[in-house]
Amino acid sequence: MSNVESPLRPTLIEGDKTLHDITEDVCRPIESKPNKYWWMVFSVACAALLWWIICVAYTVGTGLGVWGLNKTVGWAWDITNFVWWVGIGHAGTLISAILLLFRQKWRLSINRSAEAMTIFAVICAASFIVAHMGRPWVAYWPLPFANQFGSLWVNFNSPLVWDVFAISTYFSVSLVFWYTGLIPDFAAVRDRAKTKARKFWYSALSMGWVGSAKNWQRFEEVSLVLAGISTPLVLSVHSVVSMDFATALVPGWHTTIFPPYFVAGAIFSGFAMVQTLLIITRKVLNLEEYITIYHIDMMNRIILITGSIVGCAYLTEFFIAWYSGVEFEQYAFINRATGPYWWAYWSMMTCNVISPQLMWSSKLRRNLFVTFFLSIIVNIGMWFERFVIIVTSLHRDFVPSSWTMFHPTWVEIGLFIGSIGLFFVPFLLFTRYFPVIAMSELKTILKSSGSQSKKGVQHHD
Amino acid sequence: MTKQLHGIFNDDEVLLNAIKELKSKGIKCTNAYSPFPVHGLDGALGLKRTRISIASFLYGATGTCLALLMMWYMNIWDWPMDIGGKPSWNLYKNIPAFIPITFEFTVLCAAHGMVITFYLRSRLLPGVTPNVIHDRMHDDHFVLTVEGKVSDETAIRESLKQVGAVEIRS
Repeated sequence: MSNVESPLRPTLIEGDKTLHDITEDVCRPIESKPNKYWWMVFSVACAALLWWIICVAYTVGTGLGVWGLNKTVGWAWDITNFVWWVGIGHAGTLISAILLLFRQKWRLSINRSAEAMTIFAVICAASFIVAHMGRPWVAYWPLPFANQFGSLWVNFNSPLVWDVFAISTYFSVSLVFWYTGLIPDFAAVRDRAKTKARKFWYSALSMGWVGSAKNWQRFEEVSLVLAGISTPLVLSVHSVVSMDFATALVPGWHTTIFPPYFVAGAIFSGFAMVQTLLIITRKVLNLEEYITIYHIDMMNRIILITGSIVGCAYLTEFFIAWYSGVEFEQYAFINRATGPYWWAYWSMMTCNVISPQLMWSSKLRRNLFVTFFLSIIVNIGMWFERFVIIVTSLHRDFVPSSWTMFHPTWVEIGLFIGSIGLFFVPFLLFTRYFPVIAMSELKTILKSSGSQSKKGVQHHD
Repeated sequence: MTKQLHGIFNDDEVLLNAIKELKSKGIKCTNAYSPFPVHGLDGALGLKRTRISIASFLYGATGTCLALLMMWYMNIWDWPMDIGGKPSWNLYKNIPAFIPITFEFTVLCAAHGMVITFYLRSRLLPGVTPNVIHDRMHDDHFVLTVEGKVSDETAIRESLKQVGAVEIRS
């Protein structure tokens, strides 16, 4: 039978659940009223979102002069935030696509919320791209449309145009991947709906799904093919983002190591964000039996691996700067580590290279407080990484008379803090209205990986 | 005259065995519904393999061609530019710079074409009323639809019970 699995493999669903228990546990948040903690967090997120709207309106209404950019530092927090948010999104696709191809069953209790994180993070990222254009009403100009500006087409040799295609493809494909997986779960909520409104909305969302054998056959094929094409897609997206820098001739940006280094960094920060979100979510929604310590442990291992890859990349960059013999390249790196932005560089090094090494200890990997704290540290570190790459490479350019520092204004700080609200408002709504765990997929492993099937086996871990 | 009956099961392995046994008795199993994908169910029912991945490949190949055609037309045929001493006079010389967008557009077409095909073929659209046979068929129950002569109804009901159906609905 297909349900046979070695009893030595770890339990993925604790608490002797039945199929019906899974449905009950996943639907409970949707069918009950949120508690006061949810309202508190939601109010704070809404306030941040409101602040974001004000800052965007002020930026668009007045112009980019309200930011701290100057003629030397033309990109700063805007692109830092863009790259940071896009990177965070990558973990969702890694969990749902790459771990599907590798048949990692532990992805099943976390893929839904990680994909939701992807969608909302990419929205935040896109908001910075549109905002930094200064004139968002002409945001369609990078698209190849027939126009009357003197028969000008977009330049397809430009990585910025590649980025437009990469990000929009990534967003829309992630969205349909997520939504297609949600359909059977929406149907389960629909069939249980007691109120008229819930029946109506979940009928519309589930689009008439019934779990017939043919539908499931197609569903599985679609999931597999989407995973197969999302895997190179997600790797291409951050590679293209890195080429925005790497194809420029700016010392500190013009390096061929950027694509793999950016992808590893993206997965690193994305998993940290998944940890931050899920450690809270599993507690608040009582999902500790589905998102177990084992799941947290596995994600910490990925953080350790990708963090080490990122550390290697930092050292390689430094080595190559020296080895290249190019004095401008050498200066860019010496300036990063010892110049006026030394504090940003060393924050990055401490947070991204040193702190994940704690994860070699299985005791720390399985400790929720350590994991949560570290996930925040990693995200701070990854924000600094982008800041270091962008601002320290720009602020001392080829003409020493134009060397300067960058100082963010309250508008830029507001946009960044506000974008966290832009992320959390939809995420909190998601935890109330959407099935947070892909229950129809999780049910497939209940017999093989549930705690009942592991009875009588001693675990030594 | 044929009669359709729905046997309700509460375990996927019992359902798979039931299909095997009913088939050996000559009872036609036309469809089965489950709350999650049950491995081997399509094979037990004798369903053909879905061709949706072939469709996806064709959509993707269309995307590849369209993207290359678009970039060739815009940047090489209609308005070639010489940027940084790197002129775009031929497609074959320019193709390395066109690969990222060609790839992204291939994925875009393959993914969306396939998903739209899936929705249409499986009749998934907002406003479609589903045929919910049992209110827990997307929770923890499984439905097996069988067909037989009206005159055989009692015999079919008896066999469904024998193979483990917890309930029978018509």
